[in-house]
Amino acid sequence: MKNYDIVIIGGGPAGLAAAVSAYDNGVKSILILERDECLGGILNQCIHNGFGLTRFKESMTGPEYAYKFIEEVQKRGIEVSLNTTVLSLTKDKVVTAINSQEGVTLIKAKAVILAMGCRERSRGALNVAGARVAGIYSAGTAQKYVNVKGYLPGKDVVILGSGDIGLIMARRMTLEGAKVHAVCEIMPHSSGLKRNIVQCLNDFDIPLYLSHTITRIDGDKRVTGVEISAVDSDKKPIKGSEKYIKCDTVLFSVGLIPENELSKEAGIRLSPKTKGAEVYQNRETDVSGIFACGNVLQVHDLVDFVSEESELAGKSASEYVLNGEAEKNAINCIAGANLSYVLPQRIDKNAGGSVTLFFRTSGVFKNCKITVQDGQKTLLEIKKRVAVPGEMERVNLTEDKIKSIVGELTVGLEEGV
Amino acid sequence: MFDVAVIGGGVIGGLILRELSAYDIKICLLEKESDVAMGQSKANSGIVHAGFDAKPDSLKAKFNVLGNRLMPQITKELGVKYKNNGSLVLAFSQEEMKTLEELKSRGEENGVEGLEIISQEELIKKEPNVSKKAIGALYAPTGGIVCPYELTLASIGNAMDNGAELFTKFDVCEIKKDVDFIITAEDGRQITAKAVINCAGYGSQKIANFIGDFSFTVGGRKGEYILLDRQSGGFASHTLFCTPTKKGKGILVSPTVDGNILLGPTAEEVDFDDRTTTSNGLQSVISKANEMCQGVPHHTAITSFAGVRAYSDRHDFIIEESKVQKGFFNCAGIESPGLTSAPAIAKHVAGELIGKTLNLKKKENFNPIRKPDYFFSELSVEEKNEIIKKDPAYGRIICRCEQITEGEIIRALTENPRATDIDGVKRRTRAGMGRCQGGFCQPYVAEIIARVNGTDIETVTKNGKGSELLVGKTK
Ligand SMILES: Cc1cc2nc3c(=O)[nH]c(=O)nc-3n(C[C@H](O)[C@H](O)[C@H](O)COP(=O)(O)OP(=O)(O)OC[C@H]3O[C@@H](n4cnc5c(N)ncnc54)[C@H](O)[C@@H]3O)c2cc1C
Ligand SMILES: Cc1cc2nc3c(=O)[nH]c(=O)nc-3n(C[C@H](O)[C@H](O)[C@H](O)COP(=O)(O)OP(=O)(O)OC[C@H]3O[C@@H](n4cnc5c(N)ncnc54)[C@H](O)[C@@H]3O)c2cc1C
Repeated sequence: MKNYDIVIIGGGPAGLAAAVSAYDNGVKSILILERDECLGGILNQCIHNGFGLTRFKESMTGPEYAYKFIEEVQKRGIEVSLNTTVLSLTKDKVVTAINSQEGVTLIKAKAVILAMGCRERSRGALNVAGARVAGIYSAGTAQKYVNVKGYLPGKDVVILGSGDIGLIMARRMTLEGAKVHAVCEIMPHSSGLKRNIVQCLNDFDIPLYLSHTITRIDGDKRVTGVEISAVDSDKKPIKGSEKYIKCDTVLFSVGLIPENELSKEAGIRLSPKTKGAEVYQNRETDVSGIFACGNVLQVHDLVDFVSEESELAGKSASEYVLNGEAEKNAINCIAGANLSYVLPQRIDKNAGGSVTLFFRTSGVFKNCKITVQDGQKTLLEIKKRVAVPGEMERVNLTEDKIKSIVGELTVGLEEGV
Repeated sequence: MFDVAVIGGGVIGGLILRELSAYDIKICLLEKESDVAMGQSKANSGIVHAGFDAKPDSLKAKFNVLGNRLMPQITKELGVKYKNNGSLVLAFSQEEMKTLEELKSRGEENGVEGLEIISQEELIKKEPNVSKKAIGALYAPTGGIVCPYELTLASIGNAMDNGAELFTKFDVCEIKKDVDFIITAEDGRQITAKAVINCAGYGSQKIANFIGDFSFTVGGRKGEYILLDRQSGGFASHTLFCTPTKKGKGILVSPTVDGNILLGPTAEEVDFDDRTTTSNGLQSVISKANEMCQGVPHHTAITSFAGVRAYSDRHDFIIEESKVQKGFFNCAGIESPGLTSAPAIAKHVAGELIGKTLNLKKKENFNPIRKPDYFFSELSVEEKNEIIKKDPAYGRIICRCEQITEGEIIRALTENPRATDIDGVKRRTRAGMGRCQGGFCQPYVAEIIARVNGTDIETVTKNGKGSELLVGKTK
């Protein structure tokens, strides 16, 4: 069995930022395990611009953004194991990994940082009816074929779901000479970033059908067309609204699911809402010494926030290694009216410092008010002109306010104020 | 020139081929698709039925009970996953309880062992998630589950290892009898054989018609399924059936040998081999499962699929020498419990039917054992390391959901019967069968297929010509 102070599972932007931050906070015995043949995670296939606007105030491609962090990792001489997949993780922080050179190895860590990112929800998860033929891809798979492998998966495309990857692929496929006939979104609003709707759809005259879904996929060996239908407020297809679109390709961009199989195995409590671990503000899970950050914890819109969150997790893990487990005085943090989740799910009052709460709304709200309350009083009120599920919101609670909390904390949204 | 040509690479044709490969004769398998196990034997419930359903004295009853007894041994020899998990038929009314009594005595007449009617209390103890409205059940301890395509692939692979030949993309479109049978494929290829066994499933009527045998017709009845993620694997441990009513058999809720939960099938008459799923069908699977069990974790669905049962107008298996042509044998209308019955049908066809036509002599070097296929994730750390040392490809995980290695994928592409496309690799290794449904690994699998076959990734298909994954290079 090998020993390290900190083992980081996943070498995407989350794992990289966590490693650098843990190192800079005093822990030098760090190992990053990455199953791919290079570092950078999903960013390697995101060759479009728009990364780093918040953090570096310049627009970079995904690989450029990743490279900034890879350089930092290399400068510090942090150990990296590529082509290495973590097979399992236990509560007492033993990691089992596999690669071609060393075979299966067991690694014991003082602290573990989960940075496995997320996977795309598949067609099957939605039970879309019809043929099971070639030409049906998740948007990320299509992105991999186009951007990494250099091949076009289809020429006449319909996209289901208006998540960011779907939007970006609508543009990418168009630029590659494919015709994107429609993007269908079952909700009355898009789940993607506004800038992506403008730059990827509107600028290319690609129609976005809100409150629409694919009700059937046709084809014998390869997709030949889809039937799309409008849906009612219960998301049930409306009879008579069917429209037929001929196409050879269907892309699914219907959501990302944090990749938490390893976390489950280690007995870490997951939030049914985020599908990621429940954490304290320092990103520690309910299993002492295991931390989580990036898309494995909550699906972020912008990689800049992934880096920020991961630096926090890296710092916390190094504190855990250097100072040992700290006694906690935890309160729950709950998603109230009109919010789908709030993170962190628990706040440790002993920790000191301010806390940033991250959350998403469950619908589109105009002229609304976000309130943070405890059992007795309102701690914070923020007015917003619009809030949409596609953009993660955040509010900051000062140390004083944290100290003053009585009972549980609830974050909610009121409409029409 | 072959002694025997078997038409149809399903579980029936596959196991017959394997039985025949034990004898000193020249045999081949003709399959119209680009791979074997593409018909009913791919998309079914995978249940090893106990044998209480079929009418006494029917071929279904006879072969079901025999097949059930043979299954543990044959799956062991072929390295195929099988589990004796037991079945439960749920009753929701006193009337249904009476039907259970009938099923029990019918089963006993068929020779099924250990049948028992159990109370609601015992039922809940065995299966806590069953609906509280179920008032009792018929317990069949000999019921089991098996992976149907794995059984088909392994039996054909084992037969090939013992000398049988496989011709894929061989769509039989004409059979002539001269001295021997001359079988012609759509693309013009021809094969001659002394005896022919028609195991073409849904296509078996057409095949029989080629030699002028019009003694049966074959119809299709579609069944749709929903498959749940392994994370829900603990939801049921036995196979749960509804009590059959006049309206039909209802659906089942069952674990699979790979640890998923299967819901379905529906039953809908179709007039061609229509394997599309429909929203009505899937919806009815969901609502029927909800009647049987409480808290079915539908949100963990990872895929849906459909299979078409090929039943004959005799409503029993047809396993006989054709009345119009000696040396031509029909194994047709093999609907459920055909999978269960397959090992017994194969023994009967090879031994009784072919044995009487041809002079069969056992081979000296027949090897009934096929090494278990895709076991890597179940090995101990030491065993894994042993293999990785010999072949580093086993140290590279390609399918992350099912933890399938490059070594296993290469093996699927090189051993009998060789996979040639994405779906073929998937059925042999489970790469792409997990929760992300190949979203992550498909590009890698496609690359490995291209590399092993020395072709370009553009030629790689999902399941044969016309299903290419890619349409060209980027600009
Ligand atoms: C198509 C697309 C477009 C995007 N566009 C933008 C944009 O324009 N601007 C922006 O700011 N952000 C964008 N993002 C978001 C940004 O890319 C992600 O937020 C960020 O990559 C998440 O980082 P991560 O490290 O959490 O996950 P990932 O990047 O997914 O990295 C996780 C890493 O963990 C590894 N891993 C997982 N499991 C294991 C295991 N068991 N063993 C070993 N290694 C493992 C994976 O191989 C992977 O390398 C986009 C994302 C996508 C998918
Ligand atoms: C929905 C469903 C659920 C079922 N559940 C169960 C169960 O739980 N337990 C059980 O015991 N049984 C079950 N069965 C029955 C079982 O699946 C079948 O009895 C069994 O698979 C039949 O195998 P087969 O080899 O006869 O047919 P198939 O598997 O259909 O094989 C026939 C093969 O012939 C090929 N072929 C057709 N025409 C030609 C041609 N012209 N030239 C060359 N090749 C041709 C086809 O491509 C195909 O590969 C179920 C069936 C269905 C459809």
